[in-house]
Amino acid sequence: MNAPDKYLELINLTKKYGEVTAVDGISLTTGATQYVCILGPSGCGKSSLLRMIAGHEVVTSGDIVLEQNNITDLAPADRGSAMMFQSYALFPHLSVRDNVAFPLKMRGVEKSKRHGVAEQFLERVQLDILADRLPSQLSGGQQQRVALARAMITNPQIMLLDEPLSALDPFLRGKIRSELKALQRALAIPFIHVTHTQDEALALADLIVVMNDGHIEQAGPALEVYNTPRTEFVARFLGGHNIVEAEKGKVSIRSDRIKIGSKKTKNSLNATVSEIEYQGSKIVLLARSERDLEISAEIPDSDFFQNPIEVGESVLLSWKADDAHLLAG
Amino acid sequence: MQSQQPAKNLNSGQSFSWLLVSPTILILAFFLVLPLLTIAIVSFWDYNEWNFFPAFIFDNYVYLLESPVTWATYLKTLKFTVLTWFFCTIIGFTVAFFLAFHVRSLTWQIALFLACTIPFWTSNIIRMISWIPFLGRNGIANSSLISLGVIDEPLEWLLFSDFAVVLAFVHLYTLFMVVPVFNTMMRIDKTLIEAARDAGASGFQILTNIIIPLSRPGLMIGSIFVVTLVMGDFITVRFMSGGQSASVGRVISNEIALLQYPAAAASAVILLITVLIMIAIMLRFVDIRKEL
Repeated sequence: MNAPDKYLELINLTKKYGEVTAVDGISLTTGATQYVCILGPSGCGKSSLLRMIAGHEVVTSGDIVLEQNNITDLAPADRGSAMMFQSYALFPHLSVRDNVAFPLKMRGVEKSKRHGVAEQFLERVQLDILADRLPSQLSGGQQQRVALARAMITNPQIMLLDEPLSALDPFLRGKIRSELKALQRALAIPFIHVTHTQDEALALADLIVVMNDGHIEQAGPALEVYNTPRTEFVARFLGGHNIVEAEKGKVSIRSDRIKIGSKKTKNSLNATVSEIEYQGSKIVLLARSERDLEISAEIPDSDFFQNPIEVGESVLLSWKADDAHLLAG
Repeated sequence: MQSQQPAKNLNSGQSFSWLLVSPTILILAFFLVLPLLTIAIVSFWDYNEWNFFPAFIFDNYVYLLESPVTWATYLKTLKFTVLTWFFCTIIGFTVAFFLAFHVRSLTWQIALFLACTIPFWTSNIIRMISWIPFLGRNGIANSSLISLGVIDEPLEWLLFSDFAVVLAFVHLYTLFMVVPVFNTMMRIDKTLIEAARDAGASGFQILTNIIIPLSRPGLMIGSIFVVTLVMGDFITVRFMSGGQSASVGRVISNEIALLQYPAAAASAVILLITVLIMIAIMLRFVDIRKEL
C-alpha cells in the first residue's frame, strides 16, 4: 500500500467549554491504514477529540485534515467519516435492516436498492437472518455488529469508535475485539478507537495515543509505548510498571523485568513482601521497599514455585540497567 | 401431602394479592362502575314533564338517534374536536420540541415547563372569560387592528363564533398535548440524533425519521386527552359561542336542566360509546407492540 503516510492530520486542535479546556492544542498524524487507539482516563478529553473529528463537536481552534482535505468545519456526513457510538445509538423504532439502510435512505436511495445493500452488509457481520428484528430483540454483541454494519454502509474513509467494547461482558469483549481488528484489516482504512482500557489498546493498536488532561502524553507504536513510557503518568496508567527513584531521576521498570536476586547492586532494593497474587501463568508479588515504595514483580509460576516466598518475607528485588527507562519531567 | 402443600401456598398467595388490590377495586367500583351502571340503567327509564320513573323502553335512544339535531350536533362537536386536536398537536409538538431539544440546560427546561403551567393557576372559566375583552367588538384585538389600519371596521367573527370556541379550546388544552409529548421526547436518547446526523440526515429528516416516530406514544396520549376533553365539553362552547353553537355536552346539560334525566343518560351513553370508539381507532394508529 503506497498511501500517503499523512492520512489524518490534527493540527493544534483545541476544544474549550467556556473556561474549561477539554482538548489542549493536540497535533497528531496517523497513517492510511493504521488502527489508532486513543487511551486515557475518563475526562482526559479523548471523547471530545473523537467527537471533533466526527464533526459532532465544534472545534474551538486548530484544523483537522483528512486526505489533504480540511474537514474542520464540514458537516459530519460530508467528512467521509463514520462514527460508532458507545451505546450503539440504534434507532429503536426501525428494524435491523432499516437501521443499516438508514444512511442510504438519507441520501435518497430507493427502498428496494437500499434494502439490498443493507442485507449485503448484514451478511458481512453474519446478521442477515435477523434483518427483520428490532434492535431491542438483539443481544449486546449483535447490536454492536448492527451498528458496525450501519457505519460501514457509507464506505467511510475513516472509522471512529467511541468506547465500542465497554458495554459488553468480558468474554464478548475479547471476541469482538479481534473481529474489529480483522475488519479494519479487511477495509484497509484507519480506525480511531477511543478507550480507557489498557489491554484493549495494546491488543488492537498500531498507534497508541495516551492522553491526559487534554494533551498527548505519548504517541507511538504499542511496543514502544509499553516498553519505554515517556512519563510517569503513562507508566502508571498502562499498569505493570514500577516507578523507582534513580540518580538521574525517576525511572520506570516493567514488573516482569524485576527478579528476585541475591546480590545487592546499584539496580536493586530491599523490600518486604506484602501480598502474593496467583494469576495462573504468573505470580504477582507486591512488596514495600525500605523507603515505603510499592513495587510489583511478575514472576513466572515455574520460577516462583521453585523458590516459594511467604508474605512478610524480606526479598532483594533487582533489575538490569537496560530495563530501567528514565522518565521525562 | 407434598403435592398439596404448594397448591395451598399458591391459594393463600392469590387471596393475599386480591386483598392488596381490593382498595383500588372498591374505589373504582364505587366511583366509576356504579355511576356508569346507574346512567346506563336510567337511560332506559321513562319520563314526563315533571317526573321520571323506572321502565325499560328504548324511546330515549330511538328519539336521540332519529333526531337530525343529534347528528348535526355530533357533526359540530366533531368539527370542534378535529380543529382543536389539529392546532393543539401542531402547537403542543412545537413547544415540546423546543423545550426538549433546543433548551440545553435542565434548569431552564424545568423553568420554562413550569411557565407553561402558569395559566393553570386560575380556573378554566376565568381563562375563558378573559378572552371576551380581548376579542370583543371593541376589544383589544379589534381596536389594535383598526389603529394599525389593517381593517376598517371591527371583525364580528372574533367573539361568539366557532373561531372563538376553537381558540379557547386550543388555549385550554394545548398543555395536555405538551406534557406527554415533552415526556416522550425527553426519553429520546440524544445520541440517536447524533447518529442520524452522522448518517447524513438533515434537520428535517431527523424530525420526520427519528423524532416524530419516537414521539408517537406521547402524541397519542395527548390526542386522547384533547379528544375526550373537547368531546365532553359544554361550558366552553356555551361561553365562547355566545350560546349560538351546540355541542353534545350542551345538549346533555340542557336535558339535565329540564329534568329529562333518562334522555340525558341516553345521550351520555351514546357520547361515551362514541368517544371509546374514537380512542380505539386512535390506538390503532400506534402499534402498541412496537412502542412498548
